[in-house]
Amino acid sequence: MRYLPLTDTDRLDMLARIGVPDIDALFSDVPADRLLKAPLDLPRAKGEIEVERIMGRMAGRNVAASSVPFFVGAGAYKHHVPATVDHLIQRSEFLTSYTPYQPEIAQGTLQYLFEFQTQVAALTGMDVANASMYDGSTGTGEAVLMAHRVTKRRKAVLSGGLHPHYAAVVNTISEMASDTVVALPPDVTASEDILAQIDDETSCVVVQSPDVFGNLRDLRPIAAKAQAHGALLIAVFTEVMSLGAVTSPGEQGADIVVGEGQSIGNALNFGGPYVGLFAAKTKYLRQMPGRLCGETVDADGQRGFVLTLSTREQHIRRDKATSNICTNSGLCCLAFTIHMTLLGQAGLERVAEVNHANAVKLADMLSEVKGAQVLNETFFNEFTVRLGKPAAEVVEALAQKGVLGGVPVSRLLPDAGLDDLLIVANTEVNTDEDRAAFVAALAEVLA
Amino acid sequence: MLNRQGRPTTPGHTAAESHPTFTGNRALQQIEPLIFEIGHHETTGVDLDAPAPFKARLGKHARTDGIGLPGLSEPEAMRHYVRLSQKNYGIDTGLFPLGSCTMKHNARLNEKMARLPGFSDVHPLQPLSTVAGALAVMQELARYLMTLTGMPAVSLSPKAGAHGELCGMMAIKAAIAAKGEGETRKVVLVPESAHGTNPATAALIGFIVKSVPARADGTVAVEDVKALLGPDVAAIMLTNPNTCGIFEPQIVEIAAAMHEAGAYFYCDGANYNAIVGKAKPGDLGVDAMHINLHKTFSTPHGGGGPGSGPVVLSERLAPYAPVPFIHLENGEPRLIETIADAPDGNAPFGRITAFHGQMGMYVRALTYMLSHGSDGMKQASEDAVLNANYIRAGLSDLMSLPFPDHPSMHEALFDDEWLKGTGVTTLDFAKAMIDEGYHPMTVYFPLVVHGAMLVEPTESESKASLDLFIATLRDLAMAAKGNDKSRFTGAPHHAPLRRLDETRAARQPVLKWVAPLPIAEAAE
Repeated sequence: MRYLPLTDTDRLDMLARIGVPDIDALFSDVPADRLLKAPLDLPRAKGEIEVERIMGRMAGRNVAASSVPFFVGAGAYKHHVPATVDHLIQRSEFLTSYTPYQPEIAQGTLQYLFEFQTQVAALTGMDVANASMYDGSTGTGEAVLMAHRVTKRRKAVLSGGLHPHYAAVVNTISEMASDTVVALPPDVTASEDILAQIDDETSCVVVQSPDVFGNLRDLRPIAAKAQAHGALLIAVFTEVMSLGAVTSPGEQGADIVVGEGQSIGNALNFGGPYVGLFAAKTKYLRQMPGRLCGETVDADGQRGFVLTLSTREQHIRRDKATSNICTNSGLCCLAFTIHMTLLGQAGLERVAEVNHANAVKLADMLSEVKGAQVLNETFFNEFTVRLGKPAAEVVEALAQKGVLGGVPVSRLLPDAGLDDLLIVANTEVNTDEDRAAFVAALAEVLA
Repeated sequence: MLNRQGRPTTPGHTAAESHPTFTGNRALQQIEPLIFEIGHHETTGVDLDAPAPFKARLGKHARTDGIGLPGLSEPEAMRHYVRLSQKNYGIDTGLFPLGSCTMKHNARLNEKMARLPGFSDVHPLQPLSTVAGALAVMQELARYLMTLTGMPAVSLSPKAGAHGELCGMMAIKAAIAAKGEGETRKVVLVPESAHGTNPATAALIGFIVKSVPARADGTVAVEDVKALLGPDVAAIMLTNPNTCGIFEPQIVEIAAAMHEAGAYFYCDGANYNAIVGKAKPGDLGVDAMHINLHKTFSTPHGGGGPGSGPVVLSERLAPYAPVPFIHLENGEPRLIETIADAPDGNAPFGRITAFHGQMGMYVRALTYMLSHGSDGMKQASEDAVLNANYIRAGLSDLMSLPFPDHPSMHEALFDDEWLKGTGVTTLDFAKAMIDEGYHPMTVYFPLVVHGAMLVEPTESESKASLDLFIATLRDLAMAAKGNDKSRFTGAPHHAPLRRLDETRAARQPVLKWVAPLPIAEAAE
């Protein structure tokens, strides 16, 4: 077995040194009738050639985004990631290291976490950011729990523009913790009256921009109303690249900002692993979940970094911790910070501009298609189209023609009566040929 | 200065630098500034043409201010991150005996498979007709996990171990509510030796945590559990093998007692790697157990994540598994994404993450399982246990064992009794190991043992590697006992940095880089 260095001779020598007759003597605490005698009903070990063949066959049964005109978004986005990123995150010292509990031999990880926190704080326009969450959706759940701790209230108001999966995550954790959630109905055109929902019992208002339908939302009036009632504004995004083009949530008065960072540095991966971004105002620092990296000095006075404020965390506070979270999204957060470093603000602004330009182009083209109507007044790189037919059927027909044409709203909200709506994303990777192929195929399907 | 774990956090005395250099660098060890100190706002390492003029649709939301982040050209970025990487210790650097964390070899085949475009370049919401292979991976991984554990169901979507605990405890809460006992069964029993995530998880969803005392031999006694049982108890969260590295001898009796009292048995599966192919949690009476794919099935730890924590479930809990899950229909896997779509007999408690969980980790773990096979996985468990006991046998005459009466499983636990009177602490000892080229073992955990040192070598070490490790620790132990304090209290001497001041970091938190003031302003 190529992964196991011990030889049979080694094993015998070692058992003798330990002073036991056989390996099962070391398993003597396992009740004898529960110790497995027969091998499990699973195949035996395989060499690399055979494993590659099996896995390759399964991979071959999926359609890869880059192999077709691709317009699928709604929370995860196909972007170009520079080759440098994947090379660097596979450096052994990054890939095979652990949580930096021994900072003297983990400065590589700690310094990039510090750089990451600085980048996320700048992007979101917030004071402090943590060293990442599992993903945007779980981060949103954590943000709501944090708002409850800060305000000592337990009612969250969710915008109808919040990604339905994110809303479901918040609903699930709230139900389990016996907290209250007021979830507004799906709001396709960003016309809901969320201000009317904010009262003196509200702990937080959760608003996504760009929202799941692609609309950009003005957070300022919501921040003002929330503040007047002692509630927090939690601003959510699923497309971090939008922050290169639109006003940051911090600038608009958000108290907590949480979002999905996958678009920068990370592949689609069929939904994970991704990287949750989480930032807040300094005054809420001690209620934040997750790891924080801070600057300090070593015994010689040299600058260095450590994990800090861990008295918030489960390994010290146990049942009084701010969260049960233990890991962050280490390597995905490294991929994010390397890609973000390559971009810089100049590169991010440029790629955001290209995303927006491409999306505007596609929206204009789709508006010309008979039976298709773009609903958004504003958007970044994603918008919603009303079709004359059930969108799920249209998407399936498009797939048959070799075009992956977006996400039917019914996939996310099966019972909302929004079956004719399609969410379409368009990034820097889409070409004029992709758009032409999409529009032509859609015209055929709708005809 | 001690932190809350009783660890000293202030630096020791300063050793004189013998041969200072102009740069402060020491050959391959380079001082690396932050990107904010080397980059420029106008620099970018990504070339992309500006779009043709167009009419923006951002409304009044267009960003007007600069973000304030520098960029680096590609060569600068490459050098920056390579230099940072050289300040890190990884499994590929050397023996990484971090107890409870299972730092086993990360096969690069697994990385290669996860990067096949058919896995990495697939969107979670593209039409299901275009992802048959992804669903097959999920189904195959589920089958392996259920077969290995002897459990009838699995929820794949938890993003990490603690998230898996949350998922399992939510399933228990849902099952209790379905029986109409939601208002009465509020107590969760957690042994003192448990991972901190256990009580944190239970408290997060409204359970009241009650502590189960540890017995003098490091195990949990069924009588102690029974004494706490009543109609108010919802579940026990028990790690097995436990955090002291011992297989709980009375686990079957404890499970039976829980079931008899109408409660559930949550098993923390962080240490499942010791018993894969040797015992099935399903045979032990477990109702729910998370499996850290990043421990047992070797998906890389990546400096602290991403993890993946699927939860296997008993017959009693299976109906409550959250969406999404795979349902077999005529032998074909179907993805159930919404509660409304759940087949009869299922009552999902909700959703715990967007999309379908850590697909990239599923691919790596399945690759590990296919490579090892049933025989290799069993051998890996046996070798992990053999290696831990070999280290224990090699050190037990010099270092003290708190629980000598039980064999160790995959990790050997020492306490600091043997360091008494030497002036050397567990932390000092750990830091001295760094100078010898080793990552320290887990220290000060589990909390039930004073000055704990938890050594988990894993199956990835050769006998020669273990022999050198044992010899090194013996040398260090003799030095500690021989009053050679300087080797310990100032350690590490040879790491990229010396001991760091954690107290200062927590007292005046500096959590991001801030541009220094121009000299004139700073003087005001």
